[in-house]
Amino acid sequence: MSDAILKLEGVYTNIAQYHILQGVDLEVPRGAVTMLLGRNGVGKTTTLRTVIGHWRAHQGRILFDGEDITKMPTPAIARMGLGFVPEDMGIFADLTVEENMVLAAASGPINSARLDWIFAAFPPLKTFWKSDAGTLSGGQKQMLSIARAMVEERKLYLIDEPTKGLAPAIISTMARALKDLKDQGASVLLVEQNFAVAKALGDSANVMDDGRMIWSGEMQELATDAALQERLMGLSLEAH
Amino acid sequence: MTAAPEHAPKMAEVTFRDRIAPHMPVLLVPLIAIAGFIAIQNPSSWLTLTVSGLAMGMMIFIMASGLTLVFGLMDVINFGHGAFVSVGAFVGISVLMLLGHMTEAPSLMLNLGAILLAVIGAMLATGLMGWAFEKVIVEPVYGHHLKQILVTMGGLIVVEQLIIVLWGPEEIYILRPEALKGAITFAGAAIEKYRLVAVGVGLVVFLAMRWVLRRTKIGLIVRAGVENGEMVQALGYRLRLVFVGVFIAGSALAGLGGVMWGLYQEVITAHMGNHAMILIFIVVIIGGLGSVEGCFIGALLVGLLQNYIAFIEPKAALISNIALMVAILMWRPMGMIPVVKAK
Amino acid sequence: MIRSLLSNDLPRSLPLALILGVILICLALAPFLFPGVRTVDTAARICVFIVLVASYDLLLGYGGIVSFAHTMFFGIGAYGVALASTHMGRGFDSIAVGAVAGALLAAILALVIGLFSLRVRAIFFAMITLAVASAVAVLVSQLSGLTGGEDGLTFKTPRELGPAFKFGKEAFDGVLFGVKLNGKLLAYYFIFIGALVLFLAMLRVVNSPFGRVLQAIRENDFRAEAIGYRVVYYRVAATCLSAAVAALAGSLYAVWLRYVGPDTSLSMEIMIDILLMVVIGGMGTMYGAVIGATLFVLAQNYLQNLMGAASELTSGLPLVPELLNADRWLLWLGVLFILSVYFFPTGIVGRLRNNG
Repeated sequence: MSDAILKLEGVYTNIAQYHILQGVDLEVPRGAVTMLLGRNGVGKTTTLRTVIGHWRAHQGRILFDGEDITKMPTPAIARMGLGFVPEDMGIFADLTVEENMVLAAASGPINSARLDWIFAAFPPLKTFWKSDAGTLSGGQKQMLSIARAMVEERKLYLIDEPTKGLAPAIISTMARALKDLKDQGASVLLVEQNFAVAKALGDSANVMDDGRMIWSGEMQELATDAALQERLMGLSLEAH
Repeated sequence: MTAAPEHAPKMAEVTFRDRIAPHMPVLLVPLIAIAGFIAIQNPSSWLTLTVSGLAMGMMIFIMASGLTLVFGLMDVINFGHGAFVSVGAFVGISVLMLLGHMTEAPSLMLNLGAILLAVIGAMLATGLMGWAFEKVIVEPVYGHHLKQILVTMGGLIVVEQLIIVLWGPEEIYILRPEALKGAITFAGAAIEKYRLVAVGVGLVVFLAMRWVLRRTKIGLIVRAGVENGEMVQALGYRLRLVFVGVFIAGSALAGLGGVMWGLYQEVITAHMGNHAMILIFIVVIIGGLGSVEGCFIGALLVGLLQNYIAFIEPKAALISNIALMVAILMWRPMGMIPVVKAK
Repeated sequence: MIRSLLSNDLPRSLPLALILGVILICLALAPFLFPGVRTVDTAARICVFIVLVASYDLLLGYGGIVSFAHTMFFGIGAYGVALASTHMGRGFDSIAVGAVAGALLAAILALVIGLFSLRVRAIFFAMITLAVASAVAVLVSQLSGLTGGEDGLTFKTPRELGPAFKFGKEAFDGVLFGVKLNGKLLAYYFIFIGALVLFLAMLRVVNSPFGRVLQAIRENDFRAEAIGYRVVYYRVAATCLSAAVAALAGSLYAVWLRYVGPDTSLSMEIMIDILLMVVIGGMGTMYGAVIGATLFVLAQNYLQNLMGAASELTSGLPLVPELLNADRWLLWLGVLFILSVYFFPTGIVGRLRNNG
């Protein structure tokens, strides 16, 4: 039970005067893909941002790999082995694809085997290696954002809506890459609105509403129970 | 029911206008030089003015570059930046005065050596001062523009007064080292030697800065940080440290600019930094806050225009900079090379 | 009555109310309480600076905008009166024409600068005003044919405001409570009443719906915009209003001095003085301007003497006498300024209100 790579205990986060997270409890097991689900605006993105330290928890505790990171500065958290793919992708548009990747490999030169693996998963990155990241298409930017997280082996990947607003063909590229990651035994905390992707990748699932966790269990269980989905998320996700 | 519009992509010809738009700022420099040539109609005067305009531009660039980077990186606007210019000038000139035997000798090597020592002294002093300024004055007011402006302005007042306490209230007149006095004649135009040195130093600083920003990891972090500091931290880099480094480097450059400016004017006062700030702000605004390239181009434009106008119509030179700023802001409200922030 | 004169914006603190009351009475009766050329001059300066600082606070404290062109507007008003009086001859009509023209020009200039810079970014405004103001200052000293250059202009105000004009001979034998009834006395009351009216008018503005919107913008411009207020328009309007009032304060000052010059109306030093007065008195409250200006002008006049004395006393020590030299008082004000921005951002008024 204690083999959780990430653990949130009663986390409260306020943004200005708004209480966004109101006691979030979450456990992300090692070596599995954990889904974070819920309607828009219930605090999924805030949860991830609180873990990486962009927002600060006012109350509660966050444990990463057994260490309390609640008050740690963001760079220190990241260096502990946390790969972050933010909702807005966080691409450096003025830098080339290569420069984006070089920066992402914070601990040294890029490992060439890993780079080959990334190029295989996301061929456009190889094509546009020397181009400014700002000139990439939306899907290619998302690939770059995920590739940046994957360029080094991280203890945990925090990925926020990697398929948002993408064309179906690119979604499947994205899903395959994430599946690849999963097959390598990586630990992933994934926010995803596309239920098909969630179902295909997720091992366990956590559903949020109003800044709290309202359900935790096996992804399989949620995927097969339309009534449960209806109750937790206010709509049947199969209908999408 | 209406039929879906037919999908018929066309290869649109990229117009000349569209293709030239990204390079427009760079092209403005030769454009102004050509306009100046047409207006002045005297090649040798034009050459003299162009060199002094470039020299002035380079010096302004050196002083302004730190300010624009500091703003781009941490959204900190330092109204006290001019203090580094003054302190740099006073420390540098004091060192030069101590080295009288080197500056008065008619040997280029000895003269340049003295200047080098003066510059090192000035940059060390202003770099250290930048570090202290950042810690004491700027750090407590991160993320609060109004307080930043007030507090850094207060810092400027205090530093100016301290200069007067240490060096006295009188302006100090200086003589350039022997080998840099006078002018050389080239194609019928008299060109002051010192201005050529200033142009050279400015180019070296600009190219070195570009190299650091483009080719080193620190440079990558700075450029990425200007765009999206949060993400740089999420990748594991301590942006705060990088910022302090940039602040120190920018202060030291302002100090270098101060020495050069002092030698250019041949007089230094405690308020010279305050006066330089006006040109620095104009340059930084028209270049685009946060953009080093924009700052460089803006500085050259200001330098050239001011020298041409001063020759053609001396009274108008005062407002030529303001007019240039107005014109550029009408064309591009965020400056010539706007820095796009992620947020 | 008082409530409505003060636009319902009461001092809300007993010590503050007492201090304000004392200042008001002292200024109202200054020629009688402190007869003497220098003291009355100090009182007149305080009146003018209260208006000037209050108009700056409208921008800084209420609008959250930093401007470095406030002395430029102040100077425009002063030069307006001087030029009108020089070219139209002495008289109240030239004062009126000069003051109105100055205020209009200041407002128009503020409008142009505001539209240029506030549209993009509020900090642009601070940088651009600094550049424009210094260019104007240089311009004024260069155009000596019109402005008298560095020497400035000396001009004549209406005879009724000059020391040669005597009145009340029949009723009081020309003397009231030991004070000669002459034009200088009238001039003082001209300044005092003008300043009082302008101050109360500004108090009204900041307590009007317009003032409330400005404050909402200062707190959170993004939200104000979202609610539907055009932030730029409000900011530009505040800039224009503040510039016009600063110009009127400049006109008053010119009438008092019967002289304008770059040093008395345009210099960067005055700009820094204004900043200090606003911050030390308290940003975002008109009463801060009263206290800041009064304290500062008094300090300027008397602190320097004190520092001079301290400098003499410490003359044996190294460097200390230099630091305490009367000419270095700006150094200590600068330090005080930084400390107040850090530790007392609400200034003296904020302190008094919290304790009260």
